[in-house]
Amino acid sequence: MKKFKFLSLFLVLALVLAACSNSNSSSGEGGDSGGSNDGGEGKLDIFSWWTGAGEEDGLNALIDLFKEKHPDVDVENAAVAGGAGTNAKAVLASRMQGDDPPATFQVHGGAELNEGWVAAGKMEPLNDLYEENGWNDKFPEDLIDMVSKDGDIYSVPVDIHRGNVLWYNTKVFEENGVEVPTTFDEFFAAADKLKAAGVTPLALGDKEPWTATQIFENVLLGQLGPDDYKKLFNGELSFTDPKVKESAEIFKKMLSYINEDHSSRNWQDASQLVANGEAAMNIMGDWAKGYFVNDLDLKVKEDFGWTETPGTDGMFMIITDTFGLPKGVSNPDDVKKFLTVLGSVEGQDVFNPLKGSIPARVDADKSKYDAYGQETMEDFKDASLAPSLAHGSAAAEGFLTKVNQAVNIFVTQQNVDQFIDSLDQASAELK
Amino acid sequence: MDPVRSSVKETPSEIKMKTSKKKRVLTKDHMLAIGFLTPSLILIAVFVYGFIGWTGYVSVSNWNSLVPDFSFAGFENYVYLFQDFRFQADLRNTLFFTIMFILAVIVVGILLAIMLDQKIRQESLFRNIFFFPMALSFVVTGVVWQWLLNPSTGVNLFLSKIGLDSKWYTDTTIIPGVEWGKIEFGIPVALIAVVIAAVWQMTGFSVAMYLAGLRGIPEEVREAARMDGASEFQVYWKVILPLLRPITVSVVIIMAHISLKIFDLIYAMTGPGANYVTDVPGVYMYETTFRGNYYANGAAIAIIMLLSVAIFIVPYLISSRKGES
Repeated sequence: MKKFKFLSLFLVLALVLAACSNSNSSSGEGGDSGGSNDGGEGKLDIFSWWTGAGEEDGLNALIDLFKEKHPDVDVENAAVAGGAGTNAKAVLASRMQGDDPPATFQVHGGAELNEGWVAAGKMEPLNDLYEENGWNDKFPEDLIDMVSKDGDIYSVPVDIHRGNVLWYNTKVFEENGVEVPTTFDEFFAAADKLKAAGVTPLALGDKEPWTATQIFENVLLGQLGPDDYKKLFNGELSFTDPKVKESAEIFKKMLSYINEDHSSRNWQDASQLVANGEAAMNIMGDWAKGYFVNDLDLKVKEDFGWTETPGTDGMFMIITDTFGLPKGVSNPDDVKKFLTVLGSVEGQDVFNPLKGSIPARVDADKSKYDAYGQETMEDFKDASLAPSLAHGSAAAEGFLTKVNQAVNIFVTQQNVDQFIDSLDQASAELK
Repeated sequence: MDPVRSSVKETPSEIKMKTSKKKRVLTKDHMLAIGFLTPSLILIAVFVYGFIGWTGYVSVSNWNSLVPDFSFAGFENYVYLFQDFRFQADLRNTLFFTIMFILAVIVVGILLAIMLDQKIRQESLFRNIFFFPMALSFVVTGVVWQWLLNPSTGVNLFLSKIGLDSKWYTDTTIIPGVEWGKIEFGIPVALIAVVIAAVWQMTGFSVAMYLAGLRGIPEEVREAARMDGASEFQVYWKVILPLLRPITVSVVIIMAHISLKIFDLIYAMTGPGANYVTDVPGVYMYETTFRGNYYANGAAIAIIMLLSVAIFIVPYLISSRKGES
């Protein structure tokens, strides 16, 4: 009997111990994945949300290039699926807060980096890496500003996407005798003509509300110009400004030309409407080009064309993916090796043609890009840059979430005063 | 520890032992029971109640950015939520979703169970057909029904031929749409599409429950009712249904806690919807916490959801405890 008692006690103790040691070892592993072996042998996990067709190919090509140059470093593609990185950002936030940062991670340049991870004190400055590689004059100054806070540079941009692009179906435009619009007046004239002909003038898929926010930010940019647009987000210009209200009125008018089932579609579904001629135009970042070309087999310029959104000629709504060095990784030298490849002409030219973006460097090899890419690279050199709000570059995620909510309500209710009110209230989030 | 000991004490053999060996407080059975229960008690204490406590603590803090800030905010986060358009819409949606969902599951469940109970051929085949959707994940159901009820494809391709096409979950109408707080109060039409998908998935469960209930009612009871001259309808309405009441209580409790916490179906099928007509607290909590980094607001939503489920669960637990003793 006694034996049995001891046995059962022992069993319980064993269970408790097992539970404890289990949790110990798992937290130990957590530390490891950040790479606990120093001396270049720790695993280099590259965290991103690049799991879509072209972007995954680009990332893999980049990793292959890196392996070629540094065969001794163990690289892991730690991508998390999900459009616009919504799931990935949640995973990243919990890893960062648990002091288990990935070796390097994808982050949009601008507020998402500066007001997010840099402000939280989670990033290492990379000024020495820039100097070592002579990058300070290889990236445009405006771009370096977007990844810097208080004079320190915190990440390396790998690609550039343009947000202020109006895509159109060339056949629908020709059939209805519509000219490519460059101002809002021309846009609405064209839209009326198309609507009369029974074509949906503007395709929208706002199942995820950022697509509608993206139209609004482009209207804001067109009405305010890049300088005043940027002032909105540093508090110098109030959202109650008459020009903002005017923009909201224009946005509202644009919403009267959209497809009825917009809330059941995502941006790809909306692009499809343009591709098959049910709708004539679509306002979307230039990742839509990759979708048109790779997924829908359309030909650049032949099947679809593009122009800047109304009133934004010479402006560039910029979305840039960058990678930085988080604090607390134990293989910073390996990470820097990776960032060096990422920032090199070779690295940018292997990645961007596959992803369908343009390189962040100004000295990349143009011949590797298609007609759209070459034209955009040319524009990028001279255009004045404006950070995208819808993609977290203009303001912190907290503000963006509230703007998305206000936009979602506005698309249905179309109450301009209420919309301006909510934007103004949300702007209290901007420090 | 106390509840464990006292519940162990209740068993008759324990009482006997106690009277025979008064000096040994901890018997072998005691030790065994405590030994086996302790690990799970500790785990539940930490990972369930500990984390509920932690969430409650976060919900009254100022942690609304990437940087944790545990300074005390009082009920600021709760006040903000109840004044927020989106959260008011969420409460409305949850209320009507729960009502429509539970009613439909009960009514359809009873009808199907009664039909299955008619000693039909191949009964087990039908039982399996009705029960099978339960085996699917809500995410799968959501994606399938998203396409079936898509206004530009799906069933509307047929319905439009007879002039009956609906906007389904893209409809922003609210019936009757009385102004209440910041929102229009009433039944959001778009929710009906979601209710259809949820009912399709969960009815199998209530069918199984009611079928078991029907089988538990002795044939003599029906016979007696028929002998007393009750029509077949009266047999069901006056005799069978009242006898099924305990089943209905269980179905309501189980369905209520599913519908109050629903996230995956909505997230996969419609998202928050235009003007938040299909948004629910779970979706809001996810977005505000992990996209907007409003951790304290998210925690406050979680606590409100917990309390709303507790309204159903706690009375059930109390009554079932009374039933036991």
